[in-house]
Amino acid sequence: MAHWLFTEEHELVRKTVRNWVEKEIKPYVEEWENAGEFPRELFARAGELGFLGLTYPEEYGGSGEDYLAGAVFFEEMARCGSAGVAAGLGASMAIAGPQIYKFGSEELKNRFLPPTISGKKIGALAITEPNAGSDVASIQTTARNMGDHYLVNGSKIFITNGVRADYVVTAVKTDPAAGHKGISLLVIEKGTPGFTVAKKLDKLGWNTSDTGELVFEDCRVPGENLVGRENMGFYYIMQNFAWERLVMALEAVASAQLAIDVAAEYARQRVQFGRPLSKFQVTRHKLADMASLVETARCLTYHALSLYVSGRDAVTEVAMAKLYACEIANRVTDEAVQIHGGYGYMMEYPVQRFWRDARIGTIGGGTSDIMKQVIAGRLIK
Amino acid sequence: MKILVCLKQTFDTEAKITLDSNGKIESKGVSMIMNPYDEFAVEEALRIKEKGEGEVTVISVGGQQTQDALRQALAMGADKAVLVDPGEIELDEFSTATVLAKTIGGMEYDIILGGFRAIDDGSAQVVGRVAELLNIPVVNVVTKLEIEGGKALATREVEGGSEVIEVALPAAFTAQKGLNEPRYPSMKGIMKAKKKPMDKKTLADVGLDENQIAAKVKALSFSLPEARQAGKVIPGEAAEAAKELARLLREEAKVI
Repeated sequence: MAHWLFTEEHELVRKTVRNWVEKEIKPYVEEWENAGEFPRELFARAGELGFLGLTYPEEYGGSGEDYLAGAVFFEEMARCGSAGVAAGLGASMAIAGPQIYKFGSEELKNRFLPPTISGKKIGALAITEPNAGSDVASIQTTARNMGDHYLVNGSKIFITNGVRADYVVTAVKTDPAAGHKGISLLVIEKGTPGFTVAKKLDKLGWNTSDTGELVFEDCRVPGENLVGRENMGFYYIMQNFAWERLVMALEAVASAQLAIDVAAEYARQRVQFGRPLSKFQVTRHKLADMASLVETARCLTYHALSLYVSGRDAVTEVAMAKLYACEIANRVTDEAVQIHGGYGYMMEYPVQRFWRDARIGTIGGGTSDIMKQVIAGRLIK
Repeated sequence: MKILVCLKQTFDTEAKITLDSNGKIESKGVSMIMNPYDEFAVEEALRIKEKGEGEVTVISVGGQQTQDALRQALAMGADKAVLVDPGEIELDEFSTATVLAKTIGGMEYDIILGGFRAIDDGSAQVVGRVAELLNIPVVNVVTKLEIEGGKALATREVEGGSEVIEVALPAAFTAQKGLNEPRYPSMKGIMKAKKKPMDKKTLADVGLDENQIAAKVKALSFSLPEARQAGKVIPGEAAEAAKELARLLREEAKVI
């Protein structure tokens, strides 16, 4: 039964994405996991089918600014069982693109949004640095305003799509003395002299997405590549965090649900002590607990999503949804491994991947600790 | 070129079929899809339209939930939809074909397309019956269709090969797997599907009453296939196990 939040159109989007995931993603997931990335062509395919444009207006090639349709897309993507695929597509469509769409000049939008939406160009957002994670204000990459261009120096780490991105929306210090009030966003294109990918990073999970370390050495970035106004970057970043965090919460819920489905199926088939595991109360109750946690997380996430799409202040609820959904995804995928016993520990069974993939949830896009900081900040004025 | 596509909403191929306490097929809680063979028909209609000029109208007989399948066709690119809701009565192939033919009789058309069968009851009768009622030719199980200058070249499956048939339009064709690879509905198409016309009619609107379409056949009972037996694992050394396997295949399964 469809949730009240979604319309008939959204359910048709769901059906379409589900079909696509089933036919064009699921059969290749193991291959892509082993290769350490999904093929670049998948961006173009997702673009061609209109998925990357769900949250953008038609003038840039989208199908209308429909965040519920976007939510449906990410929920269904999670069903492919390899969270890196959605991470890669999402980093371009839901994380890099929105900075340009919401805050960029018309010229920047016309240059970068149509190719992002058609999947011809891949975007990335680069904020994190070796010495600046949760503490965004302490970034050390600098951009010196040279009149018609900026001179960028510094490095970025843990950047999803970093290795193959065609452009990187990069957080830089334009006023190093001003803390968070000195941050700006620059669109830096691949091939700009002085911009190099230092390496592709090896990760615990999200293995179908590439994660890079980027280096800028006297990198000349044209002045028109500034997103919005100088020294406003921190506020721009914070504003799109709501959507990024909602996407992470939605994916966490959908992935945890997948882990339950897989564990329940395994429990039906695995016979021990003369009966399937699913006949043992201990397994049944474990599954019931897992399902209740996921349903709670789903309700909270949908609530936050409904606030967000209605344009109301959703900061607290989004932080709660991201915190709760990602935390319980760790627990639920862990229990799913437990139900699988020794087989759950084997690479041959996908459940270990759900567990590994879930682990980033409480770290990326703002750690659980930062989520609590946000919630507490609203509670205690 | 006016193209009409008859389509049916069926159970999802993934759906688990169960019988209710009256021995009828339980439809509650089952997710529904457009009959996959009808999806080939919709796709073919769109391709014919895209090659030249034309208009694609999709037609279905069913309850209000059938709109989902029609909307999917609109999202794929069809221009208009017609839904005839016959109300709560038992239908057979005769009933459905009569309703469709009566509805289509009042419309302009050059080509009628439909799946050669539906994946649920699999009767493979409806489009043929519609063509008969409309007094136009029908070509079944088509795997390739070319339209030119008021006639069609249709390639169809025959035992062990294929045959090519030339037929003057208007004519009806039923789609077989292999005719094409249906497209996904486009996202823009989905968002616009609601704005496309969906003409909802009752039996009376098409000039019929329940007696005129009363089913001529009645299903007496339904039964589910027997549960599959668990597989057998033959233990032991490979050479010994292979011998035992060969023996079982010959003596028990009787396949070699």
